[in-house]
Amino acid sequence: MNSDAHPLARIAPEPGVSKPDPILVLDSVLRAFGGLRAVDVNHLEIQRGTITSLIGPNGAGKTTLFNVLTGFDRPEAGKWELNGGPLVGIPSFRVARKGMVRTFQLTKSLARLTVLENVLVAAKDQVGETFFGALFGRWRHIEEANEERAMRELKRFGLEHMVDEYAGSLSGGQRKLLEMARALMVEPEVVMLDEPMAGVNPALTQSLLSHIMALRDDGKTVVFIEHDMDVVQEISDWVVVMSQGAVIAEGPPAHIASNPEVIDAYLGRDHGEVP
Amino acid sequence: MDLVKILIDAGRTAVGVPAAAYALSSIGLNLQFGYTGLLNFGHVASMLVGAYGMAITVDSGGPLWLGVIVGIVAALILGLILGVPTLRLRADYLAIVTIAAGEILRLTVRSSWAAPLTKGIFGIQQFADPFFDVNPIPVGLYGIGRFRFDERTMWVLLLGWGLVALATLFMWKLTRSPWGRAIRAIRDDEDAALSLGKNVFGYKLQSLMVGGAIGALAGMFLAIDQQNVNPDAYIPLLTFYAFTIVILGGPGTLFGPIIGSIIFWFLFEFLDGFMTAAVLEGWFGDVLDSTDIGPIRFALFGIGLMWLMIYRPQGLFGRREEMLIGEQ
Repeated sequence: MNSDAHPLARIAPEPGVSKPDPILVLDSVLRAFGGLRAVDVNHLEIQRGTITSLIGPNGAGKTTLFNVLTGFDRPEAGKWELNGGPLVGIPSFRVARKGMVRTFQLTKSLARLTVLENVLVAAKDQVGETFFGALFGRWRHIEEANEERAMRELKRFGLEHMVDEYAGSLSGGQRKLLEMARALMVEPEVVMLDEPMAGVNPALTQSLLSHIMALRDDGKTVVFIEHDMDVVQEISDWVVVMSQGAVIAEGPPAHIASNPEVIDAYLGRDHGEVP
Repeated sequence: MDLVKILIDAGRTAVGVPAAAYALSSIGLNLQFGYTGLLNFGHVASMLVGAYGMAITVDSGGPLWLGVIVGIVAALILGLILGVPTLRLRADYLAIVTIAAGEILRLTVRSSWAAPLTKGIFGIQQFADPFFDVNPIPVGLYGIGRFRFDERTMWVLLLGWGLVALATLFMWKLTRSPWGRAIRAIRDDEDAALSLGKNVFGYKLQSLMVGGAIGALAGMFLAIDQQNVNPDAYIPLLTFYAFTIVILGGPGTLFGPIIGSIIFWFLFEFLDGFMTAAVLEGWFGDVLDSTDIGPIRFALFGIGLMWLMIYRPQGLFGRREEMLIGEQ
């Protein structure tokens, strides 16, 4: 990371700090399960065109926050905006169409669709996807253009030799790649990756990392949940740390690693002292 | 025992009215269950509203063609009413609601409260005369030897298999389109489809309604053949016949419901003829008599289905690889 020229270089590393060009802005988002405040975020901004890692111990509310932001869960309160447009109460499929696409911690490949179909189904604005469009519409030329783009995405992720295989017959790692190729087919501005590196072998982790960095180089904003601090250090422009539902710290990766609050959250407040 | 006669009778049923009716009905269920993954346990309800919509319209003085439109619209509305509250919920809720809805509808048209319209337990008869009046097929018997049909049956079969062909063409167009791909994506994983911007609820509702309309056509076709609608014909068993046929042929395949229906009705009739003959010849001594044939036939079907599930879960037309893919 080129820290001097970076737009986030001179941003103060404190929770809720405002950024020069935020694409995603959250305010007072609260999601509670009974008495448990699973997500309780005061203010958070995600800078456009960066890789932002969301880290935190198990149960910190990272995935719940993802679910809320992408319309898969409804919060008790709060508002959040994508590109200045409010997303509160917008159903998940519309959030995706507005340009924020997520993946899942447990890969969800469409097992009985082929690899190519998996990617094609994600294309937007296909008139043949409406009932009457399918029967009477002229959708084949759109389909051909989509196929070309799908093949490009599949090639990028090294899946072009498997286009006609059922997605269900792919290995775990290949499914991760397919899921990313599919998400890109939606032409998102923001890609939300929920633990893309979970359960993946080290070689593939490197490949996934370079893919994620390539997304940023394409001008996309990436938000991803990760546990492994080495991975986070390697590719993040900015790190947001959650604990018990709240954002307890944010800043550049180097700053986060030495933040005592973060170490407390991960290891407990009494670390280093023998009782 | 005259095995040839039994086989010919079974063959006649396999291309006959019930096979055509259930092929059509199963095409509708296949859209819902095979392609979209909707567990509709009340498919018979759409057959009922189709048949009654038509019969009541004609009985109240309307023309038959209007009755057909009323039947289709009634099934579309039924799909809407059943789908809106349940399709956002987990799959099992649709199953519960639809099986109940089927029974509620049957008991409602049967009730004396609805009798002014539905004629209660007596049902409505002789509403399809305009259809038989225009039968262009000359009087006579068509076929070879025992395997033949009269001109009335031929006319009905022409309608039935014609509808099956049209429905299959319609399904071919629909399921090979991006729309068809979207509903298969929903069948495989709803959340994934949502995350890719697909309006899952809208697709499921469309599938439920259109599948129901095809079911209504099957209901109307059966009613036209019998010139009779009667509440006690529309029991949940009809839904499970259709499920058996869809699974037999292969869920989510284009020709599965047709082949499934032909095989189903062939076996159904064959087992009946064979066992009747066997009982008459005293094969089973005092253990079985002719009243046991019905239940035993169903038991054999159940065993056959279990065998199919174990050795050929994809049905006769499905692709095995597709079924061997685990749920991850």
